[in-house]
Amino acid sequence: MKKLITLLLLSIAGIVQAQIDPTLLQNTKIDSTQQRLNMDAVYDRPFLNLGKSPVSVGGYMEANWQYMGTEGVTEGHEFQMRRMTLFVSSSIGKKLKFMSEIEFEEGGNKIVIEFASLDVEFHPLVNLRGGIIMNPIGAFNQNHDGPKWEFTDRPISATQMLPATWSTAGFGLFGKTYKDKWMLGYELYLTGGFDNTVIDNDQNKTYLAASKANFTRFEESASGTPLTTAKIAVRHNDFGEIGLSYMGGIYTTFEDGGEEVDEKRRLNVFALDYNHTLPKWKTYITGEWGWINVDIPNNYTQQYGNKQHGGFLDIVQPIISKKMLGWENASLNLGCRLEFVDWNVGTFKETGYNIGDHLWSVMPAISFRPSQQTVFRLNYRIQQQTDVHDNPAEKTGGFSLGLSTYF
Amino acid sequence: MLNSKITIINFILLGSIMLSCEEFLPSEPMESELLDGPIEDLTQAQSAQFLSGDIAFNDELFHSRNGLGPLFVATSCVSCHAGDGKGLPSTSLTRFGQIDSTGNKFLHLGGPQLQNRALPGYTPENIPEGATYSVFTPPAVTGLGFLQYVTDADILALADPEDLDGDGISGVPNWDYIRDFTIPSADAIIRNGKYIHRFGKKASVYDLLEQTVDAYNQDMGITSIFDPKDTYSGLAIDPEVSKQTIRDVVFYLETLKAPIPRNQKDPQVQFGKNIFTQIQCASCHMPKMKTGYAPIEALSYKTFHPYTDLLLHDMGTELDDGYTEGSALISEWRTAPLWGLGLSSDSQGGKYYLMHDGRARSIEEAILLHGGEAENSKNQYVGLDQSEKDDLIKFLESL
Repeated sequence: MKKLITLLLLSIAGIVQAQIDPTLLQNTKIDSTQQRLNMDAVYDRPFLNLGKSPVSVGGYMEANWQYMGTEGVTEGHEFQMRRMTLFVSSSIGKKLKFMSEIEFEEGGNKIVIEFASLDVEFHPLVNLRGGIIMNPIGAFNQNHDGPKWEFTDRPISATQMLPATWSTAGFGLFGKTYKDKWMLGYELYLTGGFDNTVIDNDQNKTYLAASKANFTRFEESASGTPLTTAKIAVRHNDFGEIGLSYMGGIYTTFEDGGEEVDEKRRLNVFALDYNHTLPKWKTYITGEWGWINVDIPNNYTQQYGNKQHGGFLDIVQPIISKKMLGWENASLNLGCRLEFVDWNVGTFKETGYNIGDHLWSVMPAISFRPSQQTVFRLNYRIQQQTDVHDNPAEKTGGFSLGLSTYF
Repeated sequence: MLNSKITIINFILLGSIMLSCEEFLPSEPMESELLDGPIEDLTQAQSAQFLSGDIAFNDELFHSRNGLGPLFVATSCVSCHAGDGKGLPSTSLTRFGQIDSTGNKFLHLGGPQLQNRALPGYTPENIPEGATYSVFTPPAVTGLGFLQYVTDADILALADPEDLDGDGISGVPNWDYIRDFTIPSADAIIRNGKYIHRFGKKASVYDLLEQTVDAYNQDMGITSIFDPKDTYSGLAIDPEVSKQTIRDVVFYLETLKAPIPRNQKDPQVQFGKNIFTQIQCASCHMPKMKTGYAPIEALSYKTFHPYTDLLLHDMGTELDDGYTEGSALISEWRTAPLWGLGLSSDSQGGKYYLMHDGRARSIEEAILLHGGEAENSKNQYVGLDQSEKDDLIKFLESL
């Protein structure tokens, strides 16, 4: 896989070097902070066109410094290149478009194709998408580009619980329609699904994101059954966008070689997301909340919960928007993120007392955008997390300073 | 010009944050409020081994791909010993199948420990018909190195099996055979091929190596070179944890500090301490012990305050579950160390679950469950006026 991607990148680099005349490179300017529907996020990215070539390239990067500590214990200064992501898209023909997103993390040690699909438009309300799909559960999974956010860290509920950047191979339909101030969109996909690692992992808790480590999901579904993902989103220009999504299917490998080896166990995920920019103050509000139900064997450890819920709410207030430090459309913003995740909703069988394993976090932020495609952000995290026994919460806090930009 | 000044000011501000950020981090709790942390005077090499054991104990989580099960009780050490403290009923384990010193008659049916959880697709064990059982909540694991290096002679000197001093308290060691891999201490006292055991609720475990090997195998279904028998198949399989990791965890347990008493100058605590001695609690819950020679110098010839005598005592019918281990009678239990008692609730979800199975929901309830050799002390406690009882509880909470 790495070789293939390296060859692909070298090919792109070769094209760019061959077309060294910079006037041939045309910037497709898109203001990524202007929201359409969340489902449009993959179309709502700045790209660089190579002359009249149908191929566009783009991407973003995120780098941070952070100094975090938990009750007197700290890793010290951490300098991180979180990720670099490349977008490659191509208008293959009339109503045929290919888009992809390749992410490099851990200094290139981890390379993942997050998204690679062919979209075929039959009608604005009927589009076929096939390939590697970002399952539209919540909004963050489809709309996770770093430069769009005022916070160095991705929301915990979105990344670890739902989980974000969860993509699978499959097919489905999507479409959108407009009327006056209203906009309605839907998505429906059948894809490969989760696996046993949801309840058998190195996190000691029900953890959907554990299945992301299983790359065979791009070849086969662990259960042999499809994962269904469906989303409907409605937007009104005055009131914002609200999305309702569902993702569910059997996650256990219940048959192997024709032999029954386990029960058919389902997981169901529901999410509600919302975003809006208040017209008067330009205050941007976005958030999502998710609920997860997982069928877990009765005799399994209670460390793995059968219910989870959590979410986040971001409020971002631009305080200065004008020419600053030589940048024409710069802005200075204040923001705050509120987060909560309960990894194990329920009570202990033996005592009836609440099972812990939850966290909350408050993260105030200052961000500076020299342009809408680039953000410098300073955050301070205040977090408390309990263990499964609901013992006194462990307190974590610290600063992070980061930059993120589309290119 | 203005832009340059603003830029410089911004960089100075960010630089100041980066240099002073430690001031803004959550502070460390007081040392006396925590059970974890090493004993003093470890060498750098010993500190490194302590950290390796710490990681294995507190961070290593097992699943099917690194050896968990297929039958198990817990998925990690920390699952049961959060913060190195006591566990709760939800993390308790069940032992079954032995009623006297002739041994466990249900080993062929999965005894002595019930693996009541299983990986998906497997069926966990049930208690066989006719087997008596007892439920054990996980103990705190701090200060164990000090207990490890109390000499057999000192333990034996505390025993009074015939109650020659006539105080109603006898106390006997748990004599049992040692395991194939166990290397007895140089000062070990042997009777009829049996050794003095000291760890566990029934004092049925010889040393921390045996305890660690058994916990990996019986609690998590993790085989080692010391005990390669898979609890599901009953067959010897490849080790699922390295010998070095076992050694590191043993070292970690040996070198975890002893709990630090708090509020020792509080007059109420001091009054309570006197009452503790007056009503003969201290006859079994010995306030002071000492180690003999230990290969870890920081543990050698040290005086410490565990509030146990490491002996078995008859605790009466109410605590008799009809199950035992080693040479203990079914009504006999090892004197539980009381150090760290006041911090128990920090690892028990803010509540108390005391005695061997967590049935006591407060310190007072635990006192009132004492019977047998402790009947006299319990009755003396009942006879105290309320302020004296409060002082005694305050003292116990300070440990």
